Formats: sequence, C-alpha cells, structure tokens
Amino acid sequence: MSVESVFPALEPLLPQVHKPIQYVGGELNAQVKDWDSTDVRWALMYPDAYEVGLPNQGLQILYEVLNEQPGTLAERTYAVWPDLEALMRTHGVPQFTVDAHRPVAAFDVLGVSFATELGYTNLLTALDLASVPLHAADRGDGHPVVLAGGHAAFNPEPVADFVDAVVLGDGERAVLAVTDAIRAHKSEGAPGGRAELLRRLAKAGIVYVPSLYEVTYRPDGPIANVTPVAAGIPRTVPKHTVTDLDEWPYPKAPLVPLAETVHERASVEIFRGCTRGCRFCQAGMITRPVRERAIDTIGSMIDSSLRATGFNEVGLLSLSSADHSEIASITKGLADRYEGTQTSLSLPSTRVDAFNVDLAGELARNGRRSGLTFAPEGGSERLRRVINKTVTEEDLIRTVTAAYAAGWQQVKLYFMCGLPTETDSDVLAIADMARAVVTQGRAAAGRPVRVTVSIGGFVPKPHTPFQWAAQASPEVVDRRLHLLKVALGRDRNIGYRYHDGRPGQIEGLLARGDRRVGAVIEAVWRDGGRFDGWSEHFSYERWVEACRQAFAGTPVSLDWFTTRERPRDEVLPWDHLDAGLDRDWLWSDWEDALAAQELEDCRWEGCYDCGVCPGMGTETQIGPTGRPLLPLQPVG
Amino acid sequence: MARRSPPEPEGPPPPPVVCRLRLRYAKRGPLRFTSHRDIARVFERAIRRANLPIAHSAGFSPHPKLSWVGAAPTGVASEAEYVELGLTRLIDPAAAAAALDAVLPSGLDLIDAVVAGPGSLAERMEASVWELRLPGADPGQAELAVAAFRTAGSVLVARRTKGGMRDVDTRAASVNLQVREASRDGCVILRGVVRHTTPVVRPDDVLAGLRAVAPLELGSPLVATRLAQGPLRTTDLPDGDVEETAVADPLAPDRALGGDGRGLSA
Repeated sequence: MSVESVFPALEPLLPQVHKPIQYVGGELNAQVKDWDSTDVRWALMYPDAYEVGLPNQGLQILYEVLNEQPGTLAERTYAVWPDLEALMRTHGVPQFTVDAHRPVAAFDVLGVSFATELGYTNLLTALDLASVPLHAADRGDGHPVVLAGGHAAFNPEPVADFVDAVVLGDGERAVLAVTDAIRAHKSEGAPGGRAELLRRLAKAGIVYVPSLYEVTYRPDGPIANVTPVAAGIPRTVPKHTVTDLDEWPYPKAPLVPLAETVHERASVEIFRGCTRGCRFCQAGMITRPVRERAIDTIGSMIDSSLRATGFNEVGLLSLSSADHSEIASITKGLADRYEGTQTSLSLPSTRVDAFNVDLAGELARNGRRSGLTFAPEGGSERLRRVINKTVTEEDLIRTVTAAYAAGWQQVKLYFMCGLPTETDSDVLAIADMARAVVTQGRAAAGRPVRVTVSIGGFVPKPHTPFQWAAQASPEVVDRRLHLLKVALGRDRNIGYRYHDGRPGQIEGLLARGDRRVGAVIEAVWRDGGRFDGWSEHFSYERWVEACRQAFAGTPVSLDWFTTRERPRDEVLPWDHLDAGLDRDWLWSDWEDALAAQELEDCRWEGCYDCGVCPGMGTETQIGPTGRPLLPLQPVG
Repeated sequence: MARRSPPEPEGPPPPPVVCRLRLRYAKRGPLRFTSHRDIARVFERAIRRANLPIAHSAGFSPHPKLSWVGAAPTGVASEAEYVELGLTRLIDPAAAAAALDAVLPSGLDLIDAVVAGPGSLAERMEASVWELRLPGADPGQAELAVAAFRTAGSVLVARRTKGGMRDVDTRAASVNLQVREASRDGCVILRGVVRHTTPVVRPDDVLAGLRAVAPLELGSPLVATRLAQGPLRTTDLPDGDVEETAVADPLAPDRALGGDGRGLSA
C-alpha cells in the first residue's frame, strides 16, 4: 500500500509560519526512493529545529548508509516549531518527513538521534503529532519501532517509557543489523508481532529494549536491581564500535539545505574516539578507542564533498582534531590544494598548545586571523589536574600570547563552572588569567588584543569518572559566575559570556535520571514544554514544578538526582549498559580526580586499563600512514 | 599609540570583473518559500559547482560578485527574478545559463541570460505583473471587490516597514487589476500590474486593499506569482484609467546590443 504525501495539506499552512522553507525539503543530495519498491523504511529524526538538525553528521551518515541498501528507504524528520505545531493540530496534518512528506506513522522505524537530553520533549511532540502512542507499552503492531541513539542514549532510562529500543554507540553497522532483523521478521509474516521483533533484536545484542528489563528501587531511593524479564535477554547490553573508518566514508554527498542552518560546510570526521581522558567529557569516554581515518581517505572525502555540495568551507571534525597522527600533513595538504579557491578550512581546536597555533595559522594562511578558540575548561592549575586537562599557567599564557603574535586578533577561552572540588578561588583565577593574557599578548603583538571568556555550568554525565559527582547547584554556579564578572571588571579588552546554571540542572536531571524521571518529562511536555535547548522556550520553573509533583511522597527529588554525590556501591541507572569502560577503573579515576592526580593519554604513554579494548574486542587505530593527502591537481 | 591601518591579505588582488551577465530565473512551487538570503546562498553554491568564473571582492572575506534586483518576498512565486553576475572572463551567456540551471534545484529555473550592456538593470524595473490566486474565494465576491477597488480614489493599507507601521496606497500603485478567471479547482485568479513604489506594495497588500473595500473570504492563503517585471508601458484613456498596460522585457536593451552571446561565442 502506497503512502500519500501530506504536502498538499501542509502547503497552505506554510505562508503562516516562520521560515517555511525548513519544512519543504528539496535539499541538494536528498533522496526520495519509491515507497513500494522498498520493504524496510526508516524515518530518521533529529529532535531539534531543522536549522540545528540538518547539518548533524550522525543523521546524514545513517541516511546515506540506509538509502544505499536496495529495498531500504530512509527519510528525515525534524522538530517543528510551535507555530507550525499549532496549525498542524488544527488542520490534522501529521508529523512528516521532509524528503517525500510522508507521515512518520507509516514507517517501520522512527530512529531518533539524541545528541543532548534537551531534545526529549521534542520527541513527545513528534510522536503525538504522528498519532503514535507516547508510551511504548501502548503501541501496536502497526506502529513504528521508536529507536533511540546518540550520545544521550547511553543513559536512555529517563525516556524508557517512550522508546521501544536503544542503539548504543556507532550506528553504521547497527542500523543495518536492525534492518536485516526487521526484513527477516516481515518476510516470515511478522510472527509474534512487534513484541517478538523487539525480543529478537534484544537477544541478538543489537539493541537495548527497556521494556525487557525490570527496575526495582530501595526504600531510600536508589535502584535495587535491574533484571531481564525473559530468558535469553542479556544482563548487559554492549555498545557498537565501527573498527575501520576508511570502510565507512560517509557522508559521501552531504546534504545542502535551501534554508540557513547552523553549520554550512563540508565536514569530514578525521577520527572517532578520544583517549585524552578529560574526566568531564562523556564523548571522550563512550567513543573509545581512537580510530583514525587515513589521510588519503580524508583527502578524497573532502574533495568529493566539495564537488557534490559547492560548500566553500571545510571542517575537520573529531573530539580533538590536532591529535590526528598526520594532522600537520593534512592541514598543509589542504591549504596547498585549496589555495586561491576561496575555500576556508577550519579545525575545531580545543587543546591549548603551541602546535595548535601553528596548525590554525596554516589553515588561515591567506585569510584573516580573526578568532582562535582554546578550552582550558578550568581556571586554576589544580582544577585542570582534577579534570585531567593539564596545562600549566605558564604554558597557557605562552600559547595564547603566541597566537596574538602570529596575527590573531581575538582569542576565546572556554571554561566550565561547578567542576568537582571547585572553589570560588578556582573560578576567580580565570580573571587573573584573562588579564595576564591581555597584558602579555599586547606586549608580544605590539597592539591591543582582545580576549573573550566564555563559561557555563558543568553537568556530570553517565559513563564518566564524574558520574558519581555532586552537580553544583544553580545558586552556586550563578554566584561564582557573578563573582567572576565582578573580578573581570570593566576592561574593554576582556569580553565575558556566560550561561546561567538553571538549564544545566535540568540537563543534569535528564542525564543521570532513571525511569522515574519519565513522568517529569511527560508532565513538562503536557504543560507545553518544547525546545528545551532554546533559552526563549526553556522554563526552569515548569521543570521544578513537574519534579515537585511527580516526586511528591517519594524519597527522590530534583536535588537527589543532581546535587547529590553517589556512593560507589549505588546501582547507577546505566550500569547495565556497557560502554566498555571498566567500572573499577572509572572509580579509581574519580578518586585520582579528587586527589588532583593526572593521567596520560594511552595512545602515547601506555594502556591504563580503562577496559574498552579488551572488553569490546577493539584496539586503537592510528597512523602515520606516510601517504599523501591527494595527488596535487587543480580543483575543478 | 597610533592606530595601524587594518591588515590586508598577502598576494595580488583578485582578478577584476571583465563581463557581467544578467540572468532571469523563476522561483516556482515549494521553492517559493525560500527567502532572498536562501536564494543567494543557493546561487553562490551553484556557481561554484558549475565552475563559473565568478569574480570576488577584495579583502579577507571575499564575496562573490552577485547583484540582486528586486527579489520577490518569501512565499511568493515568480517567473521574473533577476540577478547580475560579475565574471572574470567572457563566457557565452547561454552556456553559462545551461551550466547553472543544471546544478540549481528544480524550482529555481533559469529562463534567460544576456551580457549586460550599459545602464542599471534595477532602474528598468518600474512595475511587476502579478497573478493572485485566491483559493476558495467566491467569484461574485471577487468581481465586486475588484470593481470597488478600481473605483476607489485611494485604498490605504497599514504595513510594517523598517521604520514602523506605515500606510501605503495600494490603489495608487495598482494598474488595471482584473479578475481573469474562476478556475475549476475553486481558485479565483486576479491579474494586475503594480508599480514599484516606496515602500513597495506587495501582493498581500493588494489583497488587503481589496478586503478593505469589500468582503472577500479565502479558503486558504493567497498564492501570488510575479509574471514579469520591467519598464512600464501605458496608454492613458480619456476617462482617466489606464487601459493598455504592459511590462516590457528589461533585458531588451542588452539584447539589442548583441548581448545574447551569439556574437561572443566565437
């Protein structure tokens, strides 16, 4: 049975909404496959606005991987803004894909990528607009399987009521395994319906199915047990790891939107994983081990992406791009190759070292050296040892000064507030650092220089050494942000940007919450909560009130989930989900953190037994390969 | 401390413009929801993909040399949008148009291309021919509204401008508005010429003007299409109304100089 486009019903609504083009689709390199010649169909959702979701690399990769398969179709859907949501409800237009404007409810799978926890309420809007029951338990055989992925899905317990299944880790192979299982189940006539399909997926270890695990609680609040409810369901669910990035050179033809989006560039992931060991960084912990993409694969991907898109900017993505074993050859090769073509190159650079300044200089060889960003994260040397992002005060100032001397006009410094063991003086040290940078930078550059301090509240995340930490309360964070503001004074060469502590507490609730938080999410959504990552839509009061009501008469509360330090033996909501990290290693790293004890990178200083490689059957894959980026030839 | 002059990029300045192309393109169907900024980005990328020798401005952030002329608003379709490209070498306009059309999304479609002659293209744009599709409108009501509008001396409509709310005279800007047909799909179709005034009178302003003088219900929002824009040619009749109106081809003066490329391709 074919599925009709909802566009004729949607089109008359579009003149009435803000930025209607975001709902039209028609991106360059978008694909619309014939519905009837496919038998497994995915709707891929990024649960935020189109302008944020469209550039998402993860979704674009899965979109291509799935659409390359004969018999498989993938389309994309994004969160609609409240203006269109209201009109869709009035006129009975369901949640749709932007590719062929098909109703989401008609697909076999609704795959949702959670880069952040603040997209949870937007999933509920999409389900409701799609006429898919909010609760997994209420769904029937005709409804799509709601499948979550992305970094936030490493603790999916707060959305366990709303999702049917969860993929942990790299999606490339996982989505194909899910597709095969659905195809096999369908071809057998779907025996046992959706329950049997989910059981099969869970037994094969492909996904985590929350409904197949029972969670019990102790009278004082924490979890007592998480137990599989059926035979053959694994006690723990492992993450997926793609072990050869050169075999997965996606996206090959990135989507080029008609609408304006947050990133408009050809992005190539130059490696996945990070073993720098920054203790606050969930991404660095859950994506181990480091797997580099080879220099020549990177070169050919950039070349074909630029040809396929017409973009004039290249981004080299990873968690710490300067750490690629051949980064100097890559940057020099790109700068040579694209010289004179109006193509700009960017390297998200977060490490504070002189090498980064050299690389950035190479990439901006012919352009304006406008701004360079470093992320020391912590204001004092002691605090930087706690978070394992060790750089001395002296090296930091020398590096930033070198950037000014090399012609950079402005430097941005990123920090976090509310880190474990932090005191007021750690945060006030940021002011001293900023002043030293401005003074010494001016001396080195021979002209006034500008620094911008940017700071936000730290949110402890699952599967990190800080998963046991007490999150600083919004009051503490806001007070320290204010102290810092006062200490920075009114120096016109020092800019100050900060994010207040309240949204961070809700992010913390959703990050480390358990299944009891689901009722809060639903209550907030029913009260109108949408787009929680957007300050103009976020309501702290709404979340606090929902927590108060949902947790009334229970031993837990908003503070219990956020500002409370967890003891070692407490069952954490995500303990049955296996990111490969050895729990004892995480605990010892937590203890090292409290002792301000740093840890070296295992790529260069030897294994410290975090557990990932043996546990997942993987290993660090780094160069150098010694190969050239590309044979040199003019572009075009 | 003496203020230094701003730094300049090393190396030679970018190649100069040696030839300008004037392109006419259409904005059709769902792509009418693109904003002008969206279209500018789409064109810049398409030009890169088509490998056209576009000239760039000097400085650290070089911009491709595109000049836009009177873009239709977001949500409004058009058969007559214009852009001028500055190129670093002579190129056959027809070939350039074909190369660009091949890489533009369907719905942004190239219609015409000429080498620019002297004179400003923007100054030739005196008026537009608009088609207004009124879904679900009653044909009798529409006839009455158009008749009332035409007999009115002026019809003021409040519209938001950069300087705040302003009254614009939609009647003064409108020439020869008439009901063309009541189509079978339940649409009443109006057509009229609207002068390019300041502030500009848009199709939705004309609709608001009609509704200001007579009741006119719509089933769903107006769908407007610019059919042409260019120099206004009118013939005044004794009763004071303008009977014969036409909007001429704004590229005709360029074409008359042989700018259609036929003389250039050799």
